[in-house]
Amino acid sequence: MSQSQKKQDGSALKSGADSVFQWASAACAAFLLIIIAGIFLELVWNSRLSMKEFGFGFLISDSWNPVTDKFGALTSVYGTLVSTAIAMVIAVPISLVTALFLVELAHPVLSKIVGGGIELLAAVPSIIYGMWGLFVFAPFMQDHIQPFIKDHLGFLPLFSGPPMGIGMLTAGIILALMILPFISAVSRDVFQMVPSVVKESAYGMGSTTWEATRKVTLRYGIKGIVGACFLGLGRAIGETMAVTFVIGNNHKVSPSLFSAGNSIASTLANEFTEASEPLYLSVLVELGLVLFGITIIVQILARLWLGRMEKSMGAGL
Amino acid sequence: MKRRGVALRRATDKAVKVISAVSSLIGVFFLGWILYVVLDRGFDAFNLAFFTQLPRPPMVEGGGMANAMLGTLMITALATVIGVPIGIMGGIYLSEFGLENRLASSVRFYSNVLMGTPSIIIGVFVYGILVEPMRRFSGYAGAAALAIIMLPVIARTTEDMLNLVPNSLRESALALGAPRWRVTLGVVIKSARTGMITGVLLAIARVGGETAPLLFTAFNNNLMWPTNFNQPTANLTVTIFNYAMSPYEDWKRQAWGASLLIMVGVLAVTIASRMIFRANKE
Repeated sequence: MSQSQKKQDGSALKSGADSVFQWASAACAAFLLIIIAGIFLELVWNSRLSMKEFGFGFLISDSWNPVTDKFGALTSVYGTLVSTAIAMVIAVPISLVTALFLVELAHPVLSKIVGGGIELLAAVPSIIYGMWGLFVFAPFMQDHIQPFIKDHLGFLPLFSGPPMGIGMLTAGIILALMILPFISAVSRDVFQMVPSVVKESAYGMGSTTWEATRKVTLRYGIKGIVGACFLGLGRAIGETMAVTFVIGNNHKVSPSLFSAGNSIASTLANEFTEASEPLYLSVLVELGLVLFGITIIVQILARLWLGRMEKSMGAGL
Repeated sequence: MKRRGVALRRATDKAVKVISAVSSLIGVFFLGWILYVVLDRGFDAFNLAFFTQLPRPPMVEGGGMANAMLGTLMITALATVIGVPIGIMGGIYLSEFGLENRLASSVRFYSNVLMGTPSIIIGVFVYGILVEPMRRFSGYAGAAALAIIMLPVIARTTEDMLNLVPNSLRESALALGAPRWRVTLGVVIKSARTGMITGVLLAIARVGGETAPLLFTAFNNNLMWPTNFNQPTANLTVTIFNYAMSPYEDWKRQAWGASLLIMVGVLAVTIASRMIFRANKE
């Protein structure tokens, strides 16, 4: 065999192995798309019984009776939205000032320690929050916080009913604790992206730290922060265990935040393995589809927003 | 500019500083509170039986969670074995072959979506594709659900880490006549190894504490050791859920023990991954 022939054989083999390698890696990447599509198709297919039975009325009906086969998504959707809203109202402001503290105010060593602690809080599994919420925080709410709120704001329908510890408000607070480290960490990164030249020019004009933050850093990073909040929102909406432990699992729409409610995720966690009738199971899968739809919309909005921000940040300055 | 007294401006500044310091302490305070409670109550549940025995029936004191500990380890390990190679290959595609093409950009987009999908939805999905056709809950289904959760995390960190590898390294290996696949596996991956290990560890930490995707896949099994993955398989997190919701004091006590184990495990893996990453950076 001549020298040149050998070389040719070698390179043919090379490109063969190379294209196999490239195809294999492309297949693995495409597998991710297949899974997303598969989730969607499977949820739609397995909720067909429920869709046929209830149609669009499913979304606005508040009945939930496995015995008479009357189901509606309203109580679960309501609980999901209300607990998430409480979580966002509490978590967003606290996360923002925390991020501010870590970037602008704290001594670098302190910032590292506190920042590290908050990042660890983000790694704690949600079932731990659930345990702590049910056995420690809910009794604390019942004995101290809820009576206090009741004494001062009890005239509002929002805070009517007996303080039971568990319920919508407690679930919202625990959700807030869970997304707080997440939003803080992302906002901290956003604040750090603000070029120091811009901040320094504000200080050079005699601004105080707060003035520089409010008029320069916040304005510069506002889009990133909105993106961070969207991502936190996406997490809160689908969080299962922490909510299931403390929300009370009651299929009722009540104006009071003290009352027990449920969320889509908690209903699934509690009832999925108990659903023996095909229709019941199908109803639960359709609830899952609703949740999947909501989180996908939130995710897509967040990503589009963040993508736009990255482009404008890259182009500017 | 509006004229405002220097004193007022200074006072506002002080107030904001105090508020922000207090708020960040709130986060640390709750972390401390949760850690303290779990450590305190968890240690109370620890004894030899807890680590070596099967659960006892309700109302019978004692027994342990040894089968659930083993089950959690096995399910997580199997999920890692499935999820890591696929995830890494996907990441390789994104970084090495798919800079600008449409497949890669949609994979990037939807892997973010998949990362944000509630884990309970993954559970419902795996129930539909594995548990229902097989007509039984199984450890395999649990591992599949966890693997799906790991996939996008590993693919994206792999991509990020490979992107940090300088192109000159690829070019010099190619110039020596090495085929693309050897350049990637032998040179590029080797130099990005530490970062990828960090990503894998973070993914393991993330799924190790998951409960929701196991509820309708691995289910739970109080009666036996996890010897047969084709059956409902015991695991710590679902056991915590079942025990915590039970009316039995002894079970609740043991649920705290299991919580401590899970928390320590997950935090240890998380911290280890950070330390590896940092040690490499310096």
